Amino acid sequence: MSSRRSSQSGVSRISDDQIIELVSKLRQLLPEIRNRRSDKVSASKVLQETCNYIRNLHKEVDDLSERLSQLLSTIDADSAEAAIIRSLIM
Amino acid sequence: MKNPSSSSVKSRFTRRFLRALIKINRQKPSSSSSREIFLRYRRIRIAADKAMACVIGSRRAWSRAVLRRIKNQKRKRLADSLRRSNGIHGMKKMVAKEEDEISYEQENELRKLVPGVGAMDLCSMLDETAHYVMCLATQVQVMRKIVDFYST
Repeated sequence: MSSRRSSQSGVSRISDDQIIELVSKLRQLLPEIRNRRSDKVSASKVLQETCNYIRNLHKEVDDLSERLSQLLSTIDADSAEAAIIRSLIM
Repeated sequence: MKNPSSSSVKSRFTRRFLRALIKINRQKPSSSSSREIFLRYRRIRIAADKAMACVIGSRRAWSRAVLRRIKNQKRKRLADSLRRSNGIHGMKKMVAKEEDEISYEQENELRKLVPGVGAMDLCSMLDETAHYVMCLATQVQVMRKIVDFYST
């Protein structure tokens, strides 16, 4: 996989190995791409999927914050904290 | 680099975030006016981002940027929420020559989404992005658990 960009198109040169390593690291995190068998996912596709994924996560944080603001009055966090932490770690 | 999915990051985030929720709950009587709900939503979202950034601390550019942003929040509240949504409007068509080339457009798109990477070279930015994505996913996972827990 070549991620070198030519100076003719006005973009910079980067070390292939570093890019490959980081792109595959990102790829492991993306739910869309992780499940695909092929090793031939382009760097360009990984970046695109990463942007989509981050946007989705931001939206989820917004939506969950909204739901929490509605649920807030029912929260007695002290008693729940231990139970929540336990269920997260198990 | 500490694995951001480790249970200690998860539990530290959970503790901080729950503590912040108690505080927010205590400060105003629960009211159903839409303005109250909006203000509470915004404080909760800030508390969630802040809790994760505090757990990571100054170790990462993205967490430093988030803490900095929140510190200046009082002056720039509206501008920040606009910047988040404008990330989508700024998108241009990809101009890559080969399918695996990374274009400037894509790189800039990512720079807008990850806090604190503005001045970084591409490699550092990709590394920072990976860490940020892991922490964000953990934050969402914990928030979802809390919502589920209190929804039943």
